[in-house]
Amino acid sequence: MALAHIWLPRPRVLRYLAVRIAQVIPTVIAIVVLNFFFLRLAPGDLAEVIAGEAGSATPEYMALLRQQFGLDQSVWVQFVNYVKQLAQLNLGYSFRNSMPVLDLILSRVPNTAVLMLSSLLLAVSLGILFGAVSAHWRGRWPDAVLSAVSTVGFATPLFWVGLMLIVLFSVELRWLPAGGMYDLEHDLTGFARIADVARHMVLPVLSLAFFYIAIYTRLTRSAMLEVQELDFVRTARAKGLHPVRIALRHVLRNALLPIVTMTGLQLGTLLSGSVVIETVFAWPGMGRLAFDAVFQRDLNLLLGVLFFSSFLVIVANLLTDFVYAILDPRIEIR
Amino acid sequence: MSMQTTSISLPVANAASNERVRPFPGASSLSYRLLRSRTTLTGSAVIAAVVMAALLAGSIFDTDPLDMVARPFIWPLTDARHPLGTDMLGRDILVGLVHAARVSLAVGLAAASLAVLVGVMFGAASGYFGGWVDQLLTRITEIFQTMPPLVFAVVVVAILTPSVGSIILGIGVTSWPQIARLVRAETLRLRESEFVQAARVMGMGHGRIIVTHILPNAISPVVVAGSILVASAILTEAALSFLGLGDPNLISWGSMIGSGREVLRTAWYMTALPGVAISITVMALNLLGNGLNDVLNPRVSLT
Repeated sequence: MALAHIWLPRPRVLRYLAVRIAQVIPTVIAIVVLNFFFLRLAPGDLAEVIAGEAGSATPEYMALLRQQFGLDQSVWVQFVNYVKQLAQLNLGYSFRNSMPVLDLILSRVPNTAVLMLSSLLLAVSLGILFGAVSAHWRGRWPDAVLSAVSTVGFATPLFWVGLMLIVLFSVELRWLPAGGMYDLEHDLTGFARIADVARHMVLPVLSLAFFYIAIYTRLTRSAMLEVQELDFVRTARAKGLHPVRIALRHVLRNALLPIVTMTGLQLGTLLSGSVVIETVFAWPGMGRLAFDAVFQRDLNLLLGVLFFSSFLVIVANLLTDFVYAILDPRIEIR
Repeated sequence: MSMQTTSISLPVANAASNERVRPFPGASSLSYRLLRSRTTLTGSAVIAAVVMAALLAGSIFDTDPLDMVARPFIWPLTDARHPLGTDMLGRDILVGLVHAARVSLAVGLAAASLAVLVGVMFGAASGYFGGWVDQLLTRITEIFQTMPPLVFAVVVVAILTPSVGSIILGIGVTSWPQIARLVRAETLRLRESEFVQAARVMGMGHGRIIVTHILPNAISPVVVAGSILVASAILTEAALSFLGLGDPNLISWGSMIGSGREVLRTAWYMTALPGVAISITVMALNLLGNGLNDVLNPRVSLT
């Protein structure tokens, strides 16, 4: 019966998920505390910043501002207020942008997500392909070439790759735009707009993926070499199965697990990578937002970005563990 | 774990892969080892050259790298007196590259040392004492691992205002968790070994056992991870300087890329050259790390 095959989460997996979520709570609390103390460490408080902007600052005006922001209260009261705000998903207000920080971040998240997911997809698919090729011809020239390429990939700064791609494809060849997300001259709609965004995405996605292609190539290569030596592969070979079929069905499939883990672990660094790439390509995402926040001394916004991206990493790690627990029943649940 | 902007993937950051014994016999075949040793030699030679250049920067080129010495915008290989050309302010690029090597290497070394110091303390205490100490320290480690490394470093440097010190601190606090996890795993392995038990029976104190028995036996993977950390710290410093968070009084490869970017369209060599310097140095450090790994922990494979 087909119905019997419908997957239902087994109690084992559900219990595992519950334990993992419980473990995450102290981490979230600690990040909140850390964020708060970062805010206080910064030289000058919000009142000074705003007064400095206005140009004139009487002591009375400063006191009024401090009272408004609750800065005249004790550290503990301020902390409790901060946590209360966060509990309501309020990340504070960005005075530079006259907008709540959360709204600002949420307006940028889709742009960053598009960039990151495309890069990840490209990196994983090319990486698995290269890794499989490398493992299959281990020690021969395709392996040597790909190893050399990934050695370079590990060592080259992402932003520099981006700049060099701009020189080649935008300045010299004039094939692709050097920055931004849309064509600002023409107000494109529908399919033309999608094609336009895609054109703007090519270079940033390539530069962001460059380093991760190297990682996935190496990971796939070593995972496949490891699986190749296992008994069930020897059995398959002894049965006379076609080598390509063995490579795909038996080896690659089992080599995928470490790749799943890696993808989860990589999310934080991928976010970091997108900060520089968005800066290079003037891509209107979270990274660019963080960059602007640094130069406008908009600490609320900067910490909001840090908090939000840490939160994303936590969620991604949970999902990875969850997927892993489903994929591999041997995983011990502690 | 890995992050080029950023910093390099430390294969050791996940304990499972670290403990993996090299699975295929071919890996230790003669040709493989020869290839490895050749790349390791190349890596060490390049690093030695970069270190020499950094140490001798002052005596080879006694000019200040920030001084204007010639007409701006001289392309590389067109003027024998300035083989790598000049930038938009007429500063010699070769002199800049060599002086910047100093800053990049110093920041890389200092940040990696800081990370190793903190990581070893956390990892050793966590693995040796176990129980609630381990629980607490592991949680703290996880918190630092959760925050995206570069964003975190940017926040630290922005809040403390950009200077060599805050950059080292920013990179250090984002990279110690990898070392801590590594040392913890090693300590857990060593804690129950016979010589540690013997020391305990002899009445040796915990601190002394850790320092004289556990750390010396756990140090070789730390050395390997440390050399790779230097590489990743150099990449992170470059990213920070590129973002305008470098020390404003010093010239580094990242800041050269950052300033060259303004004239990218007309004089891309100003951006290209420091990037090549970073790539070569980081690549050499990674090769050296792989080589050290083969020598120090031949059993364990670096992915």
